[in-house]
Amino acid sequence: MSALTASAVRPRTAAGRRRRASRWALGALGLVTALVWAFPVYWMMLSAVTPQAWLRATTPQFLPVHATASNFQAVLDGHSFWTALRMSLSITGVAVAAVLVFAFFAALAISRWRFRGRKGFVLAVLFVQMLPAEGLFIAQYKMLSSAQLLNTVIGVSVLYTAAIVPFTVWMLRGFVAGIPAELEEAAMVDGLSRTRAFLRITFPLLAPGLVAAGVYAFLQAWNEFTVALVALPAESAQTLPLWLRGFLAASANRGVDWGQVMAASTLIALPVIVFFMIVQGRMTSGLVSGAVKG
Amino acid sequence: MTTPVTAGSTGADLAHPATAPTATPRRRRTPATPYLLLAPAVAVLLLGMGYPVYWQIITSLQEYGLAQQFGQPPTFVGLDNYARIFGSADLWAVVLRSIAFCLVNAFVTVGIGLAFALLMRAVHPAIKVALQVCLLLAWAMPMVAAVTVFRWLFDYRTGVVNWLLVQVGFTGYEGYSWFSQPLTFFFVATLIIVWMSVPFVALSVFAGLTQVPDEILEAARIDGAGPAQILRRILLPMVRPVLSIVLLLQIIWDLRVFAQIRLLQDAGAPVSQTNLLGNFIYELGVGRQDFAGAAAVSIFVLLLTVVLSAPYVRSLMKEEVA
Repeated sequence: MSALTASAVRPRTAAGRRRRASRWALGALGLVTALVWAFPVYWMMLSAVTPQAWLRATTPQFLPVHATASNFQAVLDGHSFWTALRMSLSITGVAVAAVLVFAFFAALAISRWRFRGRKGFVLAVLFVQMLPAEGLFIAQYKMLSSAQLLNTVIGVSVLYTAAIVPFTVWMLRGFVAGIPAELEEAAMVDGLSRTRAFLRITFPLLAPGLVAAGVYAFLQAWNEFTVALVALPAESAQTLPLWLRGFLAASANRGVDWGQVMAASTLIALPVIVFFMIVQGRMTSGLVSGAVKG
Repeated sequence: MTTPVTAGSTGADLAHPATAPTATPRRRRTPATPYLLLAPAVAVLLLGMGYPVYWQIITSLQEYGLAQQFGQPPTFVGLDNYARIFGSADLWAVVLRSIAFCLVNAFVTVGIGLAFALLMRAVHPAIKVALQVCLLLAWAMPMVAAVTVFRWLFDYRTGVVNWLLVQVGFTGYEGYSWFSQPLTFFFVATLIIVWMSVPFVALSVFAGLTQVPDEILEAARIDGAGPAQILRRILLPMVRPVLSIVLLLQIIWDLRVFAQIRLLQDAGAPVSQTNLLGNFIYELGVGRQDFAGAAAVSIFVLLLTVVLSAPYVRSLMKEEVA
């Protein structure tokens, strides 16, 4: 007690100065950490606009003083990028559409009905979403190869859909459960049919949930590497992540042109980063509550 | 840990106020409807995950060598494949390496993530926002692009890391090749994984910290608790549930690291000394066409995942029942 009063009453100046100094130190530490963490992304974009000659210089340039678009031009002039982009877009499109429909139906079933096998399904979904691709991809490879579906959009899309559906079901379940069934029933009392009540009342309320689930599915399918590696062995069937790996390997044969490789990386990363930043509010809001997957 | 991309879960927030209404099921509809609604999801899961698991169980119990590749029917050999694979020192070296790598990465990630969360709580709001934006940048980076950038940062000839080390006086790093030795190879791999995973941990823990009511902190301060005491006696105990969940998730995710290693090995690393479990399976199956052996290791990995995931799944189920 006496210690407490002593410290509280002690001349404000010394303690205050110390506290202010430590606040400054912490602020500086925070700023430095932020810069260090962002540095790889900055370095990628900077190298992407730097001419090869400057990247080979003994002293690196830390500011974009010689900016050029030639690296991007070189990457975009090749056919391989556009083929890979088309492949990525098709696979992601099919997978996102299938995931949304399948997961939405399943989420509706488990949050609006109590039926036998419901708990088993939820338990299975939760365990399946934890299973690593690395523990399944050999079998998935054999399965696709015996069905003649290697290097096809449909083959990989099925695998992606299966991998993404479980978490999406769990995510959408929360959204559906958040909309009381009474709302719909009230609309029916007012004379709407069950289908129209659902379409007019429940569905619009679910839109944010569906958007969040769609974004999640998009990012998963767009960035996926492991399953694509085994399911799309042909060069002509590569998705963008596989293409980037191939681009670096091809460049390595003639002493890596890092400017072009970084331009290629930027082309893949930038849309995802922009997209991610737009939806990040949604992503960081409920992280603690358990429904998370990396 | 695969791609560190997380779509959020505002759904879980919404779920709580609504648990009461959902507890009263509708009875008017035919009981067939929920099953029909589940059918597509169940079908795709059976096809994409169920069948592969079944195939792996069967294959791991069969002789599946080159003769079977050419059409001979496989023969049942019981647990021979398991005995063969788990009797080899190769596998155990990989298992130990994977476990060590996983634990180091998970603890380092959670440690740094916790430190970041505490830092964000302590600094000026503007700096906090800067930190958050930079963390999101790292989180949003597609994994393949991130590994490619780190290969450039650590390039032996013109990489900026070697240049910096030489500038501050470590002249031995002139032209140093990080990827040709297992120890430095795994150091860079750890940097990549920690860099990519810290944002999730930091933002989750920070969200946990903001839930600590101000009155409690106020009361502690009035009672004369210093910053260190507040941290140890109030903040840490209150974020412990979040910390243990993110640690568990990191352990599960870091045990399955495959792609980062595979991509770094392209830089000319000694493959057999840098393989983790996923890479070992890939090499057995795709490389050596030993599908029975690969299936046996896969089953081991799946079982390990299920055992490790059980506490996490249990905590989610509790939320579901509530």
